[in-house]
Amino acid sequence: MNGHWLLVVIGGAVGAPLRYLTDRAVQAHQGPGVAYVFPWGTFTANAAGSLLLGVLTGAAVSAPAHALLATGLCGALTTYSTFSYETLRLAETGRAFLATANVLASLLVGLGAVFLGAELAGGFGG
Amino acid sequence: MSEQAPDELPEPGPPTAPQARVLGAVAAGGALGAVARYGALVLWPTPGGGFPWTVFVVNVSGCALIGVLMVLTVERGRVTHPLVRPFLGVGVLGGFTTFSTYAADVSGLLVRQELVAAVAYMVATVVAALAAVWAGAVVTRRLLDGPVRDEGRAA
Repeated sequence: MNGHWLLVVIGGAVGAPLRYLTDRAVQAHQGPGVAYVFPWGTFTANAAGSLLLGVLTGAAVSAPAHALLATGLCGALTTYSTFSYETLRLAETGRAFLATANVLASLLVGLGAVFLGAELAGGFGG
Repeated sequence: MSEQAPDELPEPGPPTAPQARVLGAVAAGGALGAVARYGALVLWPTPGGGFPWTVFVVNVSGCALIGVLMVLTVERGRVTHPLVRPFLGVGVLGGFTTFSTYAADVSGLLVRQELVAAVAYMVATVVAALAAVWAGAVVTRRLLDGPVRDEGRAA
């Protein structure tokens, strides 16, 4: 990995707005008070990005494609910071069950999505 | 809402700036955050098969910073510019931290049957990330609010 800075910039500039729009679209279906219920928006973006990264891993794409799509796009489409903050909010507002569920579901679905994506693209061996 | 019970934390609602400017700020921040993460991986590459320390440090430090940012913006309203949270929070920190690489690295360790490293990495990241966002938020609230008094905070 080296020398693909511009591709990472482009991927990041697309991935982050995609996550933002995903979050807004999902929250629009949840109605008011969304920050106090399950954070489906971030969950969806993280699952989708993990699935796509699984596909890229399974397809063993070239280094430039990896920089653009894996490091840039998938990296910025998914987030650990918002996931952590939303979990903290749930815990601090007395929703320990939802906080725990968010962590467990995000891990299980994220891992499952990577494996599923890799299988769809031909398996982890590439 | 003059007094904030723990159950009434201000909600991070949608940004108030025009949608195009918000999207531009998110994109610019996402590009910066992603390239900063890439730079960290170029500077400190972690050999495949080992504990992915670089992404671990990237994710945990990003979580500490979003704890600080969300208290400054949403919770305490000390920073009110409508593009700060889209740029720094959704964009830079969202682009800097990554869930997909984390999940793929755990999967990779599992596939190579490095079970201990896989579980250690999976659990250590979650625990450290949650501790970091909590510490970032608590320290910032304490610095802004001053010493906690038993009779409650002045609004």
